[in-house]
Amino acid sequence: MATVPETLRGPAKGRPGDEPVVVFDDVRLAFDDNVVLDGISFKLYPGFTKIFIGASGSGKSTVLKLILGLLAPDSGTITVHGQRIDGMTENELFAVRDHTGMVFQEGALFDSLTVGENVGFKLYEETDMPLADVRTRVEEVLGFVELGPYIDRKPSELSGGQRRRVAIARAMAFKPKLLLYDEPTTGLDPITALTVDAEIIKLRDLESVTSVLVTHQLRDAFYIATHGAGRTPEGHAIVNASPEKVEEADFVMLRDGKIVFEGSADELRGATDPYLRAFLS
Amino acid sequence: MAAFTEWLKRALLEVQEYTKLAMATARCAVTRPFYWHDFVEQLDAIGIGSMTVVILTGLFTGAVLALQSGFTLDQFGARPFVGRLVSASMIKELGPVLTALMLAGRVSSGIAAELGSMVVTEQVSALRALGTDPVRKLVVPRVLAGILMTPVLTVVANTVGLLGGWVVSVQNLHVASGLYWSSVVDGLFLEDVWMGLLKPFFLGFIIVTVGCHVGLRTRGGTQGVGRATTNAVVAASVGVIAMDFFSTQLLLELLF
Repeated sequence: MATVPETLRGPAKGRPGDEPVVVFDDVRLAFDDNVVLDGISFKLYPGFTKIFIGASGSGKSTVLKLILGLLAPDSGTITVHGQRIDGMTENELFAVRDHTGMVFQEGALFDSLTVGENVGFKLYEETDMPLADVRTRVEEVLGFVELGPYIDRKPSELSGGQRRRVAIARAMAFKPKLLLYDEPTTGLDPITALTVDAEIIKLRDLESVTSVLVTHQLRDAFYIATHGAGRTPEGHAIVNASPEKVEEADFVMLRDGKIVFEGSADELRGATDPYLRAFLS
Repeated sequence: MAAFTEWLKRALLEVQEYTKLAMATARCAVTRPFYWHDFVEQLDAIGIGSMTVVILTGLFTGAVLALQSGFTLDQFGARPFVGRLVSASMIKELGPVLTALMLAGRVSSGIAAELGSMVVTEQVSALRALGTDPVRKLVVPRVLAGILMTPVLTVVANTVGLLGGWVVSVQNLHVASGLYWSSVVDGLFLEDVWMGLLKPFFLGFIIVTVGCHVGLRTRGGTQGVGRATTNAVVAASVGVIAMDFFSTQLLLELLF
């Protein structure tokens, strides 16, 4: 945390007794001479949201790949679900990934499979769950993202927003405790982006999923941080979040591989740092 | 000099990564889980999918062999022995190598393009994120199907090649049908048949592992996929010729 000025750094948050889901401690990573992450440290607690913002190439997506173990750091430690993963082999990482889902930037849906096969991929391929039960779970999660009728379509037949929602459904199908979103709304129109934002909020608040979001769409980032989902007799509703709830979403600004800000939505709005002001304007 | 050193480093890195992939494939092929559905799908894609091109290649190769060698043999009054030349050439060398080169063009490029597209669209990362080992899911079924189907396709090419040679011998060279077939059998030793059957296993391995290696190392978007496809065909074709030489040398030691 040495790179974050005290005035810009938010408190390490969490409910009493909760152990952090993700801990980065002085993580560094470089590709040849290009330093991507330089001394990154943060903690993420269960049910909370960490929103990484920053310019392109600032290392945001790399953070997600490190959490998932798709990349290994050059130095520093990474702990996910209480297990240190920075020295793990690919086989050992598969066990950690059982509790972590990721939504990739363009969805990364498997072209040759139907929507239903994509969503149930992990359950079909990597578990012994009976096929009928997998189908039921697939229908359930597709219903959650309101794409039930699309179960037998191919990804190429879907719009950009629908593909992202299918990607979210695939990531949540095996009930992970932690979900990572890599630019989930980039390239979408504002209305479609809101439907994706709503799914992220619903998962966080209705399914108690801890979230890490990487984006440079500030509008979506603030919307997710300042709204919450609640159950209603009709199903669910997205409403303005309470001040306590807003505090559960932390913004982290990366610049040249370093954390230059960490704090809540209100703290980010009130920041006086010239770089932050320029980014927010 | 610096450019040469850089080129050498890159070449050595490729060899290292290829060896690592080949070893991981061997390890995954004998341990669970095994994706049977993908294996059967690849048997169909590589085997049945390549049948037409292999049949046409074999047919015309056998036919042109008979045509060329028939007129050469005429100079020695040995036209009736045309079957010997066709069978010896097809079964020992041309059948396995030409089938493998056709597969390098069709299968290796297809695999490189498919896996390359999956890499650049993050589908391979998604597989890993979902707890699936890409080597087990994507590489092992393709490699095993390639190793199994290349010999089968070679036998088909050989058979059709002998038929092509027969048609030309009977129609153009006016060699009696019975004489052609007895000459075909006379031209072959059991060791030749073994060599013709064993070599395609090695060639099939090279074709598919090169395609998978190049595909999984694709970088740079759609342009990278195009580059990977070209590289796969070139590398697999050169690999086939080189492996043909080394496997022939090995089999000559073992069989004769």
